[in-house]
Amino acid sequence: MWDLDALLLARIQFGFTISFHIIFPAITIGLASYLAVLEACLLRTGNEVFRDLYHFWSKVFAVNFGMGVVSGLVMAYEFGTNWSLFSDFAGGVTGPLLAYEVLTAFFLEAGFLGVMLFGWQRVGPGLHFISTVMVALGTLVSMTWILASNSWMQTPAGYAIIDGRVVPTDWFAVIFNPSFPYRLAHMGVAAFLATALLVGASGAWHLLRGNDNPAIRTMTSMAMWMLLLVAPLQAVIGDFHGINTLKHQPAKIAAIEGHWENRPGEAVPLVLFGWPDMAAEKNHFALEIPHLGSLILTHTWDGKIPALKDFKREDRPNATIVFWTFRVMVGLGMLMILLGILALWARLRGKLYQSRPLLRFMVCMGPAGIIAILAGWFTTEIGRQPWIVYGVMRTADGVSSHGAVQLGITLALFVVVYFVVFGAGAVYLLRLIAKGPELQGGDSPVPGGPGQPRQAMRPLSAAPDSEKTPPELAPGG
Amino acid sequence: MGIDLPLVWAVIILFGIMMYVIMDGFDLGIGLLYPFFSDKSDRDVMMNTVAPVWDGNETWLVFGGAGLLAAFPMAYSVVLSALYLPLIFMLLGLIFRGVAFEFRFKASEKRRHFWDKAFIGGSMAATFFQGVALGAFLQGIKITGRVYSGGALDWLTPFSLFTGIGLLAAYAMLGCTWLILKTDGPLQERMKAIARPLTWVLLAVIVVISVWTPLASPEIAQRWFSWPNLLWFSPVPLLVLVAAWQLRKSLLGPSHNAPFVLTLCIVFLGYSGLGISLWPNIVPPGISIWAAAGPPQSLGFALVGALLVIPLILMYTAWGYYVFRGKVDATHGYH
Repeated sequence: MWDLDALLLARIQFGFTISFHIIFPAITIGLASYLAVLEACLLRTGNEVFRDLYHFWSKVFAVNFGMGVVSGLVMAYEFGTNWSLFSDFAGGVTGPLLAYEVLTAFFLEAGFLGVMLFGWQRVGPGLHFISTVMVALGTLVSMTWILASNSWMQTPAGYAIIDGRVVPTDWFAVIFNPSFPYRLAHMGVAAFLATALLVGASGAWHLLRGNDNPAIRTMTSMAMWMLLLVAPLQAVIGDFHGINTLKHQPAKIAAIEGHWENRPGEAVPLVLFGWPDMAAEKNHFALEIPHLGSLILTHTWDGKIPALKDFKREDRPNATIVFWTFRVMVGLGMLMILLGILALWARLRGKLYQSRPLLRFMVCMGPAGIIAILAGWFTTEIGRQPWIVYGVMRTADGVSSHGAVQLGITLALFVVVYFVVFGAGAVYLLRLIAKGPELQGGDSPVPGGPGQPRQAMRPLSAAPDSEKTPPELAPGG
Repeated sequence: MGIDLPLVWAVIILFGIMMYVIMDGFDLGIGLLYPFFSDKSDRDVMMNTVAPVWDGNETWLVFGGAGLLAAFPMAYSVVLSALYLPLIFMLLGLIFRGVAFEFRFKASEKRRHFWDKAFIGGSMAATFFQGVALGAFLQGIKITGRVYSGGALDWLTPFSLFTGIGLLAAYAMLGCTWLILKTDGPLQERMKAIARPLTWVLLAVIVVISVWTPLASPEIAQRWFSWPNLLWFSPVPLLVLVAAWQLRKSLLGPSHNAPFVLTLCIVFLGYSGLGISLWPNIVPPGISIWAAAGPPQSLGFALVGALLVIPLILMYTAWGYYVFRGKVDATHGYH
């Protein structure tokens, strides 16, 4: 019992720190690509609105990037402190992938990020645009390494076990393991969606307060186009990802669906709502739609999927949790599709920037993308339990042997520090967004670069200081 | 015979850690000196002297963690789980300090004092627990098979507490001499006044650790005092004494650069001394870099990326320091 508690605490600690962390990279990925699109629009049309929007969102991007760097520092050590047996066992695969992620991030900071944040006056428009595109690509490459590592843990491939340790035999197979392409697409699109929702909510918030200008209209409009096109696409990708999971991790799907057993001659229903009970091996208060589960998962009328009772008790993930986290994610996804359609309808009627109920809906949906990302990761990570490397190493065999007391103390410290630190960061970010874009280059970026006080190794420095700073103390040229 | 990959990686990681110790050392030191300077403009100047460089310094810490996992997964897992508590405390300190650094500039006058305190507390915690972790590491880590088999508080010993305090002295000295290099006038004079007694403290710390480690470990004593090692390694302690003597002299004279350069020399020599004591072990007392190394396929794959990116980071860092050369004072920029 004591051991179980320590394992659970180690998992909660890792889950807590990585949940905080993932928010920042997700928005970084989305904003970097958004900035590249804005600059492309600027170069194509010459419309200065895009420049104003670029300057505005690049500050948000910089703060967000900085928070990601700070919260990422812990991640580089937690694999060893909390999961030492796993790291020794699988470090041959996960280590180089993590190292490449870190190196990619450094490459960005030492290279293109500086030009992107501080180079407006120093390089030509073409070179600046290339830098922005490289930063956007860099964030995607960075994500690729991490998702390759995570996907390998979900669907390991390209390795051998020699002397009790994982040895990579084929790096191509390691990286392009069976679940990797689906996870990459799903997470990449999720980052874009979360960012579009954040941008849309910012625009709607300003419009509701009567702060109506071309820049705010443009960003609201762009966000809603993005949502309209990409939210349905995400549903399709999610479906493919689910079918891939069914093939490689059937227990996860059974838990998500709350599917306990296959009855002879009966298709798999879709359990809309219910309360899966792990001990009683059944769903309470279940509301089912016959055949729909078969239809969604096997794309046939009577297809069967493995059920939870087909797996030994100790091999089952916690269905109570993943059943609900999955439904939170899907429910929010549906609302995103709905928002996209409503926005299109309002746009066609010429009311996109005036309809207050719609604008309020946009504001409410601001955090929806981030919540959906977290819910999705909870589903996939809790759903692959009890395995840390699926089918190869159990989570209980990968954890460091710390006592519950130690883990409890450090967890409490993490919670306090993270809420203070990232709470302050979030407040600052929201204030920055609340200021809104300034028009006609009134918001031109501060100068900086290597050796300057403001530079890319300190992304946060690209954002403005306290508004109370007297002008004579403000950074000069 | 191909390349000795574990050796190459050990050199890369040792280099990374040295870069970290030297570079983050002086900016952590500034946090340690903050309590002695309550005037806002002094504090602004002190922080301005590291603003252009500090975050790049922690790059090396992240790289050290990821590189260790990639190249020596066994050492990564054993050392990090043995030093779980001090390392977590250190990381929390670093987070607090890093964010305080940024938000101090963004905060209103009313809130600034909070971030000042966070900066001081974070710097102290990060430095002290880094020193504790170092001491616990030097004392050796209990392993059964490939797994840490000690207790939760094995790291807490008189020696590790001493190295914690020792590192506080070393980083404060680095910060102090860095400020002598980067400032002028009364602030510089006060730094010199602090640096003079601090030199003796630092020297005492080095002497105590140099005596304590061989006494505690016969292997380390054997490494240093057997013939002809004694001959090869004797320049290290001798150079420390020469550098300390020169340092003391330079602090009495008009020199601005010499104190920092000499402190760097002393820190570098101390680092070399620890390296001599442990080599080729990556987990003292008995696990060598070859025993702890991951599969060659992993080391080779990661090496390609490291060799491409590290030179770039070094160039960027050098360029940054070059642009930032010269003195910082209250009229030169807000931060």
